[in-house]
Amino acid sequence: MTPAEWTAILLSLRVAAVATLVATPLGVALAWLLARRDFWGKSLVDALVHLPLVLPPVVTGYLLLLTFGRRGLVGAWLADHLGIVFAFRWTGAALACGVMSFPLLVRPIRLSIEAVDQRLEQAAETLGATPWWVFLSVTLPLSLPGVFAGMVLGFAKAIGEFGATITFVSNIPGETQTISSAIYSLIQTPDGDIAALRLVAISVVIAVAALIGSEWFARRATRRLHGN
Amino acid sequence: MLRVDIAKQLGEFSLEASFESEGRVTGLFGASGSGKTSLVNMIAGLLRPDRGTIAIDGETLDDVAAGIHIPAYRRRIGYVFQDARLFPHLDVTQNLDYGRRMNRLDDDPAQRKRVTDLLDIGHLLDRRPGKLSGGERQRVALGRALLSKPRLLLLDEPLGALDEGRRAEILPYLVRLRDEARIPMVYVSHDVAEMRQLATQIVLLQGGRVTALGGVKVLSN
Repeated sequence: MTPAEWTAILLSLRVAAVATLVATPLGVALAWLLARRDFWGKSLVDALVHLPLVLPPVVTGYLLLLTFGRRGLVGAWLADHLGIVFAFRWTGAALACGVMSFPLLVRPIRLSIEAVDQRLEQAAETLGATPWWVFLSVTLPLSLPGVFAGMVLGFAKAIGEFGATITFVSNIPGETQTISSAIYSLIQTPDGDIAALRLVAISVVIAVAALIGSEWFARRATRRLHGN
Repeated sequence: MLRVDIAKQLGEFSLEASFESEGRVTGLFGASGSGKTSLVNMIAGLLRPDRGTIAIDGETLDDVAAGIHIPAYRRRIGYVFQDARLFPHLDVTQNLDYGRRMNRLDDDPAQRKRVTDLLDIGHLLDRRPGKLSGGERQRVALGRALLSKPRLLLLDEPLGALDEGRRAEILPYLVRLRDEARIPMVYVSHDVAEMRQLATQIVLLQGGRVTALGGVKVLSN
């Protein structure tokens, strides 16, 4: 394994971890809204969340570039006022991965919140729990298996994200070159096959580890919830 | 004192009920589908009436015309459901403690001891609801409601989901509760024998209307 390959692996892990950790609280909040509340424009919000799943990734990446690029509406404002720059930075890769994996993260969380018995939430309310406490003490703990499942699925998707990332932040070694874009570059280079295969093996290992980890978490959480 | 004067349309079913009650145990009696559960849900604040008022000890909980609706979590009305609805991820101790914590009441070990003794649940404290029998679950649910220090306790067919033997097991606890806990109760049931044993005053509900009010003798007709 060359240092350049290690750099790509560690960068991928960092990008996916940051994307997942930032997206999870947002995903939980949105999943709760979609599962438990009726509001104007709900189906529009639902469609918007799922859009990255059906749009060509290159389109999502280009839209991100238009919005969060240096001259983009949001990107220019963030750079001028908060000093946050996404374009051609690893933070931009995390943003792209976060957006692309968001639908996969939200879905299991939403399903598990919908599966929480609302009669338990009512019981909590009659015992004096405010809506916020009902969520924290009943809804969230009972939907934790789904939250873990969503996080793992989102993380796995973020690790593998390619199209939107390379469109938005390009393929800069050490800054935005993740495992996927490194493999892509290696395949384009003569004699790059062996190195590409090493990275392929690494991404298979990461994906399998994530799946086994999520299974283990979900089973543990379910057991803990039902006290058996 | 509990004062109810409400109307609510639930699909095809219309519920219009008006009664006052000062009894220790108000028995809300009627066949299934007569609107009993909807009525207690409104008293608890889980369901909003279309019009009318609900007041307890002179404090207005609902007044639709005046736009008043106190949410369930600020009513301090305990509710024991037919299906105990214990929190499956918490053990019995945590379930019992839930209302006290949510209402930010001081820890009261003496009160907890009294309630666990009254209901004979001291030996279940570190179990999860999944490991309790139906009767044990219902006793814990009773204890959980009591320990939130409610000013009124609603019991919606608390014996309804239990078989004959279990009913006979819980009924004495309810009688003890009535005589010792000094919390006014609304007891919902369609069982005449239960009502005779527990209620001090009867509200008879038929097809969404109150058809009789009075002492336990109204059950004879």
